[in-house]
Amino acid sequence: MTAALQFVVDVLSLGGAYAMMALGLVIVYGILRLVNFAYGELIMVAGYTLYLIGGSALPWLVMAAVAVLAAIATGIMTDYVAFRPVRAKSVTAVLITSFAFSTLLQNAALLFISPRPRNVPLPEIFSDTIQIWGVITPVRNVLTIVAAAVLLSVFALVMKRTMLGIAMRAAASQFTMARMLGVPANLVISTAFAISGLMAGVVALFWLGRSGAVVPGIGLEPLLVAFIATVIGGMRSLQGAVLGGFLLAFIDTGLNHALPQNLLQFRDAFTFSLVILILLWRPEGLMRGPATGQRT
Amino acid sequence: MLEVSALEVRYGAIRAVRGVSLRVAQGELAVLLGANGAGKSSTLKAIAGALRPARGRITLAGAEVPYGWPERMVRLGAAMVPETRDVFPDLTVAENLRLGAFTRRRDPAGIAEDHARVVELFPVLGERAGQPAGTLSGGEQQMLAIARALMSRPRLLLLDEPSLGLAPAIIERIFAMIAELKRTGLTILLVEQNAAQALAIADRAYVMRLGEIAASGPAAEIRAATDLKALYLGG
Repeated sequence: MTAALQFVVDVLSLGGAYAMMALGLVIVYGILRLVNFAYGELIMVAGYTLYLIGGSALPWLVMAAVAVLAAIATGIMTDYVAFRPVRAKSVTAVLITSFAFSTLLQNAALLFISPRPRNVPLPEIFSDTIQIWGVITPVRNVLTIVAAAVLLSVFALVMKRTMLGIAMRAAASQFTMARMLGVPANLVISTAFAISGLMAGVVALFWLGRSGAVVPGIGLEPLLVAFIATVIGGMRSLQGAVLGGFLLAFIDTGLNHALPQNLLQFRDAFTFSLVILILLWRPEGLMRGPATGQRT
Repeated sequence: MLEVSALEVRYGAIRAVRGVSLRVAQGELAVLLGANGAGKSSTLKAIAGALRPARGRITLAGAEVPYGWPERMVRLGAAMVPETRDVFPDLTVAENLRLGAFTRRRDPAGIAEDHARVVELFPVLGERAGQPAGTLSGGEQQMLAIARALMSRPRLLLLDEPSLGLAPAIIERIFAMIAELKRTGLTILLVEQNAAQALAIADRAYVMRLGEIAASGPAAEIRAATDLKALYLGG
C-alpha cells in the first residue's frame, strides 16, 4: 500500500512537471506548426535570473516571480527575434533561427556568467520532507503537484471560458479563418509564447530545486522531455501534451521501481523503446489535434 | 460602401484576377458570377484580406484597406464567409458564434443580444449550441458560418459560394436568408455559380471570365441579356 502510494506521488509530481513543460511547447506548435527549439533556454533564463538576484534581500517568492517573468519575457522575445522576421518565409528558416536563438542564449550564459554550475537560492521548504500516510516524500514534490494542478486548471478554464482562449483554440485549427473574424495574428502568437514562458518559468523553479544549481546546458533535458511527451500525446492536442507528460512520467517512474540496480543506468534506453512502441501503435500520438492544419 | 479598382491577384506566374474593378453601394446586394476558375473567389479573398493582391486599390466606406490583413478588414466592418465555411470543428456552436464577436469582446451585453438574434434567425444553431461544430451537417455549417459573420455586426457581408455542395432545398433556404439579410439593410457581395437564383435576389451583377469583368449592370439586365448557360460553362 505504502509502495503504491509512493509510486502515485512520484508519478504525479514528475508528471506534473512534464505536463507543464509539454504544454508550453505544444501551445506554440499548435498555432505555428513549429517546434520552438529555444524552449529549454527559457528554463535556463529563469535559472540565471534566480542566480543573479540571489544575493538580494528579496523574499524568495518575489525572486521566483521575477524569474518566471524573465522566462515569459524571453518567450515573447523568441517570437520577435527568431520567429516573426522569418515566419512568412519557410519552415526551415524558422527552425534554424530557433536553433540559433537557443545557441545564442546558451553562449551568452557561457560568456557572461560561467560554464560552471551556479547555485540558485531555494526556499528552506524545498529541502524538507513530509510524511503522508506513511510515505516520506520531499515537500518539493508535493508543491510540484499543487502547482501543476493549479496551473493546468487555470489554463483549461482560460482556454474554455475567455474570448482569448477560444481565439487561441480557433487559431490552432484554422488560423486564417480566425483572422477573418478579427483575431489579430500577432496577439495570438505572442500570447502563445507568453504561456510557453510561464510554463517553462514555473517548471524551472522545481527543476532547479532538484540540483540547486544552474548551468548553460540545463535546458536540453527539459526540452527533450517536453518534445517526447508531446510526440506521445499528439503534437497538436493540448490535452494530449498533458497526457503525454503524465504517461512519460509513469514510464520513467515505473522503470525506476521495476528495473534492477545494474540496469537502472540504462533506464532511458528502456524509456525510448517504450516510446517507439507507442508510436508504432499510434503514429499520430495518443490524441489527435483539431481537424485541419494549415500553416501560417 | 465597397470600391475595388484595378485589382490583380497572381499565383506565381498565373494572373488569376486581371484588373478587376467593382463597386457595391450601401444597402445593395451585388453578385459576382462566373464559371469555375474565373477568379471570383480570388477577388473576394483579396477583398477580405485573406489573399495578398499584386496590385489594386480596395476602399471600404472611404477608408483604404491594407493588403493581407484580414483582422483589420473586420474592424473596418466587413465580415467574410469563405466557400470552405471554415467553422472551427472542435469548438462548440456557441463558441464559434462567440468568436464571431471577437472585435466587440468588451460588449458582453451586445454579444448576448446578437446571439439571441442569430439564433432566432437560425433556430437550429440554438438547438445545437453545445455541440462541436464539426458534427453539424453541411447546410448547418453554412448557417453557422453566416451567423458567425453576423456576430461582428458587419456593414458589409462577403459571401463566397454559400450554395456550394448543398441540397436544393437547403440552397433555397440559404438564398431566402440572404434576401432577408439584405432587407435589414446589410450590404452584401455574393460570389455564386448558381446564377439564376443569385440574380433573382441581387440588385447588381458582375460577370467574370478568365480573371476579368466580362459584363456588369443591374441584375435584371444581366439576367435578360446573358445566356445563363454560358455562365455555368464559362463560354
